[in-house]
Amino acid sequence: MAVTVHFEKNTLLVRTDGDFDLVGAEEFRAEADRALDVFPARHMILDLTRLTFMDSSGLGVILGRLRKIQARRGTMALAGANPSVLRVLELSGIMPLIDICASVDQAWALLARKEKEV
Amino acid sequence: MTKPLLNEIRIEFKSVGENVGLSRILVAALASQLDLNVNELEELKVAVSEAVSNAIIHGYGSRPDRKVSLAADLYPDEIHVTVADDGVGIEDIQKAMTPAYSTDPERMGLGFVFMQSFADQVEVTSKPGEGTRVRLVKRIGKDGAD
Repeated sequence: MAVTVHFEKNTLLVRTDGDFDLVGAEEFRAEADRALDVFPARHMILDLTRLTFMDSSGLGVILGRLRKIQARRGTMALAGANPSVLRVLELSGIMPLIDICASVDQAWALLARKEKEV
Repeated sequence: MTKPLLNEIRIEFKSVGENVGLSRILVAALASQLDLNVNELEELKVAVSEAVSNAIIHGYGSRPDRKVSLAADLYPDEIHVTVADDGVGIEDIQKAMTPAYSTDPERMGLGFVFMQSFADQVEVTSKPGEGTRVRLVKRIGKDGAD
């Protein structure tokens, strides 16, 4: 699993690929939390375009990062999840708490709209 | 009439996280010997991932030096997967299977929920101090071909 981080316009964009299971989720947690400590990010976009698998370990780390973003009064958006990852997200019941976008571009547009509303 | 057993695997592996992916791939490869659709395969992978993760995290408290056993039996229209550990066991199985019950604040307690949602049958046998055995049955082809 590879995790890459990009900070722009008060938003942390975290890209991840591979499998979001017990091992992958732990790697993601470490990288995402390090980035949240370093950058003054209010919002987070998780780019899941290249994520191939997710189970409840993956969901747990997404939920943990969501709590951190909520504590900063920010928004979390998930972008590009494939149908099987989406099914896991749906079943978990966390969909109402997170913005689901088809692409990273859509996620940026959503955050821009939300910033204007504030 | 009993169903013909088409194939079977039995393995034992160390209780390390890397073996969650290995179990998933192994069972998926076995199941792929049947004509199953993408959804069925993905559901099976999630269910197996949850069962093995539970054995490592909860059964053994993430200790890496224990053993998890995995058995999978392939029949013409279903696959049976059994994941067993000889870890701490579960005091109250009903409670452990409740959504959002978790012993770890960063986990959502959805392991058994996902097993129940993505497998057709889930049987849990456990005794405190002796370990846990989870048996999953996934029927293949019940939704029609993709």
